[in-house]
Amino acid sequence: MKKEVEVLTLAVLFILLLATTISIHPFGKPCKTEMDDYFILNGQNQTGCNNIVTSVVFDYRGMDTLGEATILFVAVTGVFMVFWRDKNEK
Amino acid sequence: MRNNDELSRIVRNVTCVLAVPVTVFGLYIILHGHLTPGGGFAGGAVMATFIALFLVSFRKEIIKKDMWTKLFPVSEILALLAFISLALLGISAAFFHNFLANSGLLFGMPVPFGVNPGYLGTGGIAPLMNLAVGLEVFSGLSLILFIMTYSKPDGDKND
Repeated sequence: MKKEVEVLTLAVLFILLLATTISIHPFGKPCKTEMDDYFILNGQNQTGCNNIVTSVVFDYRGMDTLGEATILFVAVTGVFMVFWRDKNEK
Repeated sequence: MRNNDELSRIVRNVTCVLAVPVTVFGLYIILHGHLTPGGGFAGGAVMATFIALFLVSFRKEIIKKDMWTKLFPVSEILALLAFISLALLGISAAFFHNFLANSGLLFGMPVPFGVNPGYLGTGGIAPLMNLAVGLEVFSGLSLILFIMTYSKPDGDKND
């Protein structure tokens, strides 16, 4: 019984992945997206950054960067929790 | 663990020679983050690399550990607060609104569309945020390095 379930799951996954691979757009010809065209056309005028990546990271998607900075802060706090030894402890 | 665990004179001298180029390169990556690839995260990591080199090269006793482990948390928290404050200053339009861009104030030069040589005084709040994030990443990674260098293993009571 278990074996049949495994084989069935694998077959369904294989068919799904095969269908995705067949229906994907050809290599080197990405889908039409309006977002990147908007950033390239308006990024310099709106934010003044030559670097479009910086204008996205610090302006259009600033909340993501705030989350990244918070993750680093929490990582430092975790290292403190693991490694810090108080002088008066021993 | 040996007490005199410093590396050879060659390594120490190369560390001293590399101090200025590595730090200046990190500062360059941070300050030109709005013009060239890079930014606060990459530049802060480059500057923290020098701290790692410094910690492994020199003897543990001559490094003023207490000063740095007190200074780095303060600078990290101040940098994070500056980042959030810069984001909040444009709250009249939106959170993370770039209120300095094209305003003529600090970093407020309008930038010509298309290919241009790249002017340092552009970008609005992006260069300031790069500075804040760079200081935060530098302080955080350096603090991790300091803590992990000076911590002792649990079972090692003789050292």
